[in-house]
Amino acid sequence: MLKSIAALAAASSLLLAGLAHAEPLKVGMITTLSGGGAGLGIDVRDGFMLAVKQSGNSDITVVVEDDQRKPDIAVQLADKMIQSEKVDVLTGIIWSNLAMAVVPAAVAQGKFYLSPNAGPSALAGKGCHPNYFNVAWQNDNLAEGAGAYAKSAGYNNSFILAPNYPAGKDSLTGYKRTYGGGVAGEIYTKLGQTDYAAEIAQIRDSGADSVYFFLPGGMGISFMKQYAASGVNIPLVGPAFSFDQGILQAVGAAALGVKNSSQWSKDIDNETNKAFVASFQKEYGRLPSLYASQGFDTANLLLSAMGKADVKNADAFRDALRAADFNSTRGSFKFTSNHHPIQDIFVREVIKEGDVFTNKIVATALTGHGNHYIDQCKM
Amino acid sequence: MSLALFLEQVLNGLQFGIMLFVMAAGLTLVFGVMGLINLAHGSLYMVGAFACAGVATATGSFWLGLAASLVAAAIAGVIVEIVVIRRLYARDHLDQVLATFALILMFSEGTRYLFGSFPLYLDTPEILSGPVTFFGGFQYPSYRLAIIVVGFAVAAGLFWLISATRLGIRIRAGESDREMITALGVDIGKLYTVVFALGAALAGFAGALVGAIQSVQIGMGEPVLILAFVVIVIGGIGSIPGALVAAILVGLTDTLGRTLLPLAFGTFMDPSSATSTGSALASMLIYILMAVVLVFKPTGLFGAKT
Amino acid sequence: MKRENWVSGIFIAGGLLLVAAAWLGDEPFVITLATKVVILALAGVGLNLALGHGGLVSFGHAAYFGLGGYAMGILAYHAQSYEPLELGWLVIEGTKSMPVIWLVAMATAVLFALPIGLLSLRTSGVYFIMITLAFAQMIYYFAISWPAYGGEDGLSIYVRNSFPGLNTLDPIQFFLICAVVLAICLFLVDRLVKSRFGMALEAARQNPQRVTHLGIDPLKIKLTVFLISAAITGLAGALYADLNRFISPTMLSWQVSGEIMIFVILGGVARFAGPLAGATLFIVLEHFLGGMTEFWQFWLGLLLLVVILFARGGIIGLLAGERRHD
Repeated sequence: MLKSIAALAAASSLLLAGLAHAEPLKVGMITTLSGGGAGLGIDVRDGFMLAVKQSGNSDITVVVEDDQRKPDIAVQLADKMIQSEKVDVLTGIIWSNLAMAVVPAAVAQGKFYLSPNAGPSALAGKGCHPNYFNVAWQNDNLAEGAGAYAKSAGYNNSFILAPNYPAGKDSLTGYKRTYGGGVAGEIYTKLGQTDYAAEIAQIRDSGADSVYFFLPGGMGISFMKQYAASGVNIPLVGPAFSFDQGILQAVGAAALGVKNSSQWSKDIDNETNKAFVASFQKEYGRLPSLYASQGFDTANLLLSAMGKADVKNADAFRDALRAADFNSTRGSFKFTSNHHPIQDIFVREVIKEGDVFTNKIVATALTGHGNHYIDQCKM
Repeated sequence: MSLALFLEQVLNGLQFGIMLFVMAAGLTLVFGVMGLINLAHGSLYMVGAFACAGVATATGSFWLGLAASLVAAAIAGVIVEIVVIRRLYARDHLDQVLATFALILMFSEGTRYLFGSFPLYLDTPEILSGPVTFFGGFQYPSYRLAIIVVGFAVAAGLFWLISATRLGIRIRAGESDREMITALGVDIGKLYTVVFALGAALAGFAGALVGAIQSVQIGMGEPVLILAFVVIVIGGIGSIPGALVAAILVGLTDTLGRTLLPLAFGTFMDPSSATSTGSALASMLIYILMAVVLVFKPTGLFGAKT
Repeated sequence: MKRENWVSGIFIAGGLLLVAAAWLGDEPFVITLATKVVILALAGVGLNLALGHGGLVSFGHAAYFGLGGYAMGILAYHAQSYEPLELGWLVIEGTKSMPVIWLVAMATAVLFALPIGLLSLRTSGVYFIMITLAFAQMIYYFAISWPAYGGEDGLSIYVRNSFPGLNTLDPIQFFLICAVVLAICLFLVDRLVKSRFGMALEAARQNPQRVTHLGIDPLKIKLTVFLISAAITGLAGALYADLNRFISPTMLSWQVSGEIMIFVILGGVARFAGPLAGATLFIVLEHFLGGMTEFWQFWLGLLLLVVILFARGGIIGLLAGERRHD
């Protein structure tokens, strides 16, 4: 008797799931597809679309628009997606300042926002929201991973530098939080700076035993090339943003052997990740970056929630997202109470595989790491 | 700050400045001779860097890439001059601004179409890859030293070209009296094309040299373009010596400001806010320099009185 | 009636009809887009006064646009957090009232434009272009590294500011507010240009010596125009911040100065409806091309190039013929 009730319940939940599955869902993706930062947006989009394609789910439609990395354009695109396209879920934004412009208003209007990249502290702490989920990391995570690595490697006199803007300051604070040693020097550089001769001279002069730098994109390429040419031998540590698959080829041998912290790497040993790396390479003819993995995970999280609940039923859909019942490329994946990942942060080393520069995991810096802002989030 | 470190920073400033000069020389020449504001000068810088990276990757030789950067930027310059720029000489500056802005969009996205959205690889040649050690253990990257030498050689070459060659005489004549040289039978259209190609080649050359130690990516030309404009305005538009002095002034101000200001603020503030305030002020410094120069010398340091 | 007036009239009427159709057809995003056009056109009207009528080619009007935006952002931020802004002895309560914000935005723009104008007007030509850029860049870098109001992350205002008797969150009502502000500014600028002051300005632009002989100080005239121009652009900045409910240093960047300048040139320098025509074409192209191809900026560039090479005097110049120099 009990058995048959259970079977009935299972059948009906299956039926319900099937029904929910038939509900269409529209996703608005706002990301950077033109200009200098386009590589990141393209990777997120490609990862996301790959997961959608593999699911074979025809009830999901994705509208993609280019934000040109301008916050005002991003806000207007969000208005368009909400007002005209009537999307249910927004995603795609790469940069913290664009996320700060779009996310608070979008979630206040009852939309869901799944972040495939930016995780500013304001959205994890006081500005957290039940409809906001970050599938990538809180901005401090990789810096904290780098700090933990520096501590375990026995460094106690780091020279630290970052651009003079909020994400840069957060990064240095995050590093210091887990590192705990002395600081030989602390420099804020100009945002978008391309010449680091002056800073490298200061590093040489400082007597530091390690250098932590947060210089995303082109800034990191310039810094590493110039650092390698300067003859300074102090070991570098940085978050993965300066070491992703798109950038490493441009840095070349200058990055070899450098340790960097990341929540993802192409050699994480699980079936989902292996299949992801192989299928991404087959589909697009290049190795995936961490951004691509984040886009892929974001889509799979969304698809898993679609299978469980109808997006029109916001409470049920939110619970389905919170359950994070999907196979992540990072292995186990859970959300903290403020909707950010609990995950391992790895230490990777840049190596050369054949002709291609890539990363290899050498250690785990932090295990089951959440974020610093959980207590500030009231929801 | 030790004396060795200070000297190193002076060298860094000098290197940054001389690179700005190579970039700005073409801009000031084009403005001086043709009266043209060319916002797309930064795009030619980008073309040079991409050409160098492309050829260096394909052939394995940085030097071939460097030659390719000159050729590619000059060819791009000639095409742009003949198709577009030529129609703009008689227009006012505003039309030139809009048209060359349109060219920036086309160059950037065209390059992205050809080379993709990811930065390209370009490294310094093997023999210049490490540091040079001076007496007393003082080290300096050899590539940067080479840039300083090459930059001054370009400056010397330009001075010679302007003051001692037939082309230079025509250029100077073109700057001061356009009707006269037309009357003397000089083909002014051809002269303009040559000057524009020369400016473009210099920009492309600068892009390739800098690309080896920076990031070869879409949009790399725009920040440098603004700096190059700052340089030619401080120096006085159309003046090559002015551009040289101004470029070195800007290079030294920026580099020394970045390192000295946080230290100066550190004497009376706590370290963290001193670095923050100091670097904020440092990023404004060259614009403050330009404003101060223009307030006291409204046509730049070497500009003609109008 | 002159042909230019007909062209402007038909153009404006067509735009209003389109917005009305979008309202009836329940297409709120079209209204949002139209609102953006109107606000950017207003910024252009400000610049057009200095650039077109005054001959003052400012490459730093993003400064006033951004300052207007920050005036809105800071006042609204203090209103939504219920913490007054304390400047030493001066304590300012935040506000969410648009008219008050507009006045503060214009006053802020003028306050900054006064010293900038005084110093910049010592130069002319390309030097003027670059010195105005220099001042704007200083403010830009300051805003990026100033942590109090978000630095480069910017500042979100969660609810649009209020206007007595209207619901500003309704797109059509906010559009009408902006359109009326634009209409008033266009009218006032037109009156100003045609007044005795406007004639003196025209004369000061074309022949400063002669004006001096008539006992008028050309510097004073140019400075006045520069200040009015900055105020209008500051007002546009406050409205633009309200449209996006967000401010950031991007509003202060040189790219924005360039864009405002492009609206003016594209539409037709010193033309009544020039900024509006320029902003319309630019935004429409950006919007529709953006949906078609990843490389849309290439085609945008090509179209701009064709317009500038073959349509002298911008769009209005193409449609209404050469401007009469009377």
